[in-house]
Amino acid sequence: MSSIGLNHFLIISSILFSLGVFGVITRKNAVMVLMGIELILNAANINFVAFSAYGGFPVKGQIIALFVIVLAAAEAAIALAIVLNIYKNFNNVNVDEIDNLRE
Amino acid sequence: MNESTLISLSLFALFAPLAGFIITLLTGKRLKTAYLIENFIISLVLLASIIALFVKLAYYVDKDIVSEITWIDLGIVPIMGKLSIELGILLDNVSLIMMFVVSLISALVHYYSIEYMRGDKRYNRYFAYLGIFTFSMMGIVLTHNILMMYIFWELVGLSSYLLIGFWYEKKSASDAGKKAFIVNRIGDLGMFAGILMIFVTYHTFTFDKIFAAIGEGILPFNSEFWLTATGILLFCGAIGKSAQFPLHVWLPDAMEGPTPVSALIHAATMVAAGVYMVTRIFVMLTGDAMLFIATIGALSAFIPATIALTQTDIKKVLAYSTVSQLGYMVMALGVGAYAFGFFHLVTHAFFKAGLFLGSGSVIHSMHHEQDIMKMGGLKKKMPITYWTFLFYSLAISGIPLTSGFLSKDGILASAMSFGSLTGYHIFAVVGFLVALLTAFYMFRLLILTFHGEPKDHHKFDHAHESPALMTVPLIVLAILSIFAFYTLNPLDAQQGWVLNKWITTPTSVVPESARYPFMVNHETHGSAEAHGQIIHSVEYTESLHHSHYPAMFLSLFVALLGIFIAYMMYEKKKMDADKIAGSMKPLYNFSLNKWYFDELYGVIAIGASLRLTEILKWFDNTIIDGIVNGSGWITKVTSAISGWFDNWVIDGAVNAVAYISGFFGIALKKTQTGKVQTYVALAVFGVMVFYFAMRLL
Repeated sequence: MSSIGLNHFLIISSILFSLGVFGVITRKNAVMVLMGIELILNAANINFVAFSAYGGFPVKGQIIALFVIVLAAAEAAIALAIVLNIYKNFNNVNVDEIDNLRE
Repeated sequence: MNESTLISLSLFALFAPLAGFIITLLTGKRLKTAYLIENFIISLVLLASIIALFVKLAYYVDKDIVSEITWIDLGIVPIMGKLSIELGILLDNVSLIMMFVVSLISALVHYYSIEYMRGDKRYNRYFAYLGIFTFSMMGIVLTHNILMMYIFWELVGLSSYLLIGFWYEKKSASDAGKKAFIVNRIGDLGMFAGILMIFVTYHTFTFDKIFAAIGEGILPFNSEFWLTATGILLFCGAIGKSAQFPLHVWLPDAMEGPTPVSALIHAATMVAAGVYMVTRIFVMLTGDAMLFIATIGALSAFIPATIALTQTDIKKVLAYSTVSQLGYMVMALGVGAYAFGFFHLVTHAFFKAGLFLGSGSVIHSMHHEQDIMKMGGLKKKMPITYWTFLFYSLAISGIPLTSGFLSKDGILASAMSFGSLTGYHIFAVVGFLVALLTAFYMFRLLILTFHGEPKDHHKFDHAHESPALMTVPLIVLAILSIFAFYTLNPLDAQQGWVLNKWITTPTSVVPESARYPFMVNHETHGSAEAHGQIIHSVEYTESLHHSHYPAMFLSLFVALLGIFIAYMMYEKKKMDADKIAGSMKPLYNFSLNKWYFDELYGVIAIGASLRLTEILKWFDNTIIDGIVNGSGWITKVTSAISGWFDNWVIDGAVNAVAYISGFFGIALKKTQTGKVQTYVALAVFGVMVFYFAMRLL
């Protein structure tokens, strides 16, 4: 087994991304869906950091990763506010039952 | 009296009858006495004609007076050059004599008709028609150009048609009117072609200008042959109007009209218009054309004379006699006897009008019986009619002291000298033969009608002499048939003033090579020089002189022979007419059936027309209808195909598009769940598909 390289990071981030997508698609609870999204964002973060470490442009990737974390926090705040409003309107947060987009 | 007065008088005589026609026609329905207006006008016309004739003959006997206006001035026309059409009147001795004849007979017939037509339901209209006829006839007589002559020519045809078919309730009368009109049209077609030839060549219709151009050597298509053809084509009009062979068939049928009309139109004036026209174009006739005219005249003189022998209808006999006498005149013109031809026209007009009015008097008193086999013995009952009728019969047979003798003898002498100069003796032979036949059938008619015992006692008892309005015209016409009006010498018309002074033969303008040899004037004859107008050469004048006495004795002999045979056959009954007829049965039937001309034309003309219409009908039904139906069928098939294409292909395409859209709509509707997760899944799936697709490519 050789030392840890870029591919390992990419595989980890792919697995994390797939789990995130799986969560977004399969969870019924809206909060769980949001958690799936966090996973996807963090998968992207790993990629940024990995590429910055192995790719020859050391600072830029890390700064973007920091931006993403800040963005994810803001996003989580807004999304939870939306979920709270949904709950007020529909009395639950089950995404299967919230299909008003169909109309 | 100056020339303009003469022109005014002639124009009055021309247009007054037209005014009479219009007034009588317009007022005739309400005003019972409208016919008196027409009679008054015709009296004025007669007076004007007499004065005009007198003035012309007394003061202007050697001068032709022309008055013309330009009708249409076309200026300079491409190809033809300067072109204008003149209307005008030509007053020479011939036209004024003719005008007098027309107005006199017209006036006498007007007066006669007052009595004859009394009680007719279209009394006033009858007089109106006489007015338009007189107007048209005056137009033919006075015109100085052939275009106007053609217009009036058609107008007399129209008035003739109206008067023949006057009693149109009778089928035979309306048929006869149509027949006269159509048969005349055939001849007029030829005349029209001739007029066109003249106009194309000379660019004018005026007689004098045409003749002057021919005199200068301008010929149609530069050939004497076409000049001959033009003459013959113009003569075709005369064949129709003057009822010459082979278009003579209409005249006997025209006897369906009222008898005074027959006297005016179908004996004295209109039928003479053809002869008059030939005298007008006489100077432009070539020798060949004249020979053609003489031949037609001889045939027309002979054939009807043989038919008249066996007819039993009093008017039919006179009708055939008219055709025969017109043939005489035409033959006279054809053999170059211009003066005698016209002279016979005048004398014949008087005595033939008289004969018709006499027969009208008989028919009137016999309650419209026309069959001479049912008459007889009328001499005592109708003395004036009888004596005048006898005198007319003597005139037409050519017995001395009558006008008929003078003109007929002249024609026969001309025919004889023509024969001795050219070798065509046949015309003289036919002339004498016809003279014999004429004398025979006229006295047969006279004896059967007036002599012997009455055959129909009922009608005979009612017979009576006609009233004065009818007998006076008979007497006037009989007086005018006396020789003394034309010459003092009852045996020789040449010496008289009519032929010596009034009617002079005009100089032929035809190139000398195209004339009869004897019409070429090598040396001017002494007396001819005085008038400067004699076309004939010395040998002709001498030959005429030599044939005068033989012709006179021979014609007198045949006339007396004819009368004698008729007398023996019908008066003394020494010869049995029926037995003679029986012994020559085929000839008798041939004559009785008018040489089968009507049947012949029935087969040829009518049969051919019917065959032609059959063929045209077949053509219409099969070819034209076939084309129409075929195109209809093709349209129908095309539209069916186009309809099928529309329904299946175009509509199919449209429907298919709609169906496919609908199908996909229904199919894709299911993906539109409204659930966010489905969308995300699809997005991911789509990105993956896209990614792998890009990899594969």
